[in-house]
Amino acid sequence: MKKQMRNSIVAIAAASIFGAGAAMADEEAELVINGEIEIVTKTAAPAHLSDALDEVMSGWRFRADLTQEMQMDDFDNPGMLWVETGLDSWVAAEGTEGKSCADCHGAAEEMAGVKAVYPKWNEDAGEVRTLQMQMNDCRTNRMGAEAWGYDKSPAINMEALLASVSRGMPVNVAIDGPGQSTWEAGRELYYTRTGQLDLSCASCHEANYGNMIRADHLSQGQINGFPTYRLKNTKLNGVHSRFKGCIRDTRAHTYSPGSAEFIALEMYVASRGNGLSIEGPSVRN
Amino acid sequence: MASGVKPRVKVPKTAAAGDTVTLKTLISHKMESGQRKDGDGNLIPRSIINRFTCDFNGKSVIDVTLESAISTNPYFEFDAIVDAAGDFKFTWYDDDGDVYETTKSIKVA
Repeated sequence: MKKQMRNSIVAIAAASIFGAGAAMADEEAELVINGEIEIVTKTAAPAHLSDALDEVMSGWRFRADLTQEMQMDDFDNPGMLWVETGLDSWVAAEGTEGKSCADCHGAAEEMAGVKAVYPKWNEDAGEVRTLQMQMNDCRTNRMGAEAWGYDKSPAINMEALLASVSRGMPVNVAIDGPGQSTWEAGRELYYTRTGQLDLSCASCHEANYGNMIRADHLSQGQINGFPTYRLKNTKLNGVHSRFKGCIRDTRAHTYSPGSAEFIALEMYVASRGNGLSIEGPSVRN
Repeated sequence: MASGVKPRVKVPKTAAAGDTVTLKTLISHKMESGQRKDGDGNLIPRSIINRFTCDFNGKSVIDVTLESAISTNPYFEFDAIVDAAGDFKFTWYDDDGDVYETTKSIKVA
């Protein structure tokens, strides 16, 4: 309660300096892509977050109008260029088996809904797998091709393709069952302070979302929009690479993309967005 | 042909006669400026799209000269007045002599 009061005082002070939210995005705007895919960018928080948040919000809501508009039309969304590249590799036969993704899975649209449930428990492997790990399992075991580097372009492009066909579907990551211990490890990381600045994920994205971090609005750190096209580096960015950037900014040594820690963190952070729509490739600053 | 070049255009399918329509075009192209050097210090030769045109039923809508400071994947958005049904023809001219063309037709309702 005390924390909430402090936040509202900060918000009032900011409003009086900058005028009535001049720098803020339109709070009531709704995201509809290509005039047809309706995206849920704000909804009730999933049950496991009931102590921390009432509502979960997509990062789209925290961005400026012009950035928001770029995501409303695939032609204006630069991330869609890499989706096309991903589609090229979807149908390209590779490896010793001479098979493409399409040979087993059919059209990319057949994969609608897959992105929404990852990371998830894989019974055969006895581990929680991210979508990229599953892609590489296909590549090495079924195609006889080389695994893609974690968060490297080919993997990100494919992830963007699979996200794009699931757009509008709710994130639905299972947090119970055999994957629960991984999920709990991810939660532990989320609330663990790191680095010289002694910040946890929650310090910014739970306690201070909506406030300014230098010239930018802090979001809730939701990952329903990944892979994300960022205006700052003009390319698609993977979740693990983004985690790395955040942890680096706390002035800590970071984990590597694809590490067990980041897999657990991805699972936990994804589950914080259960109920929001998949919107990747999203556009952010 | 420079690799990975793919033109994209967005034209409304229909318009009323006399309407002003917005056209959007984007071509994926690396637009190598000719100013950069590779790891060994050698100049990377210039390779850009140097001209972009759009015609409507043979009449020029826009004719653009592109210079080397224009970024990767050049994007153009512009308006045209549609007086009758017809075809928009978009043409990009590459430094290496290649020409990329796309045509989109528009109906008048």
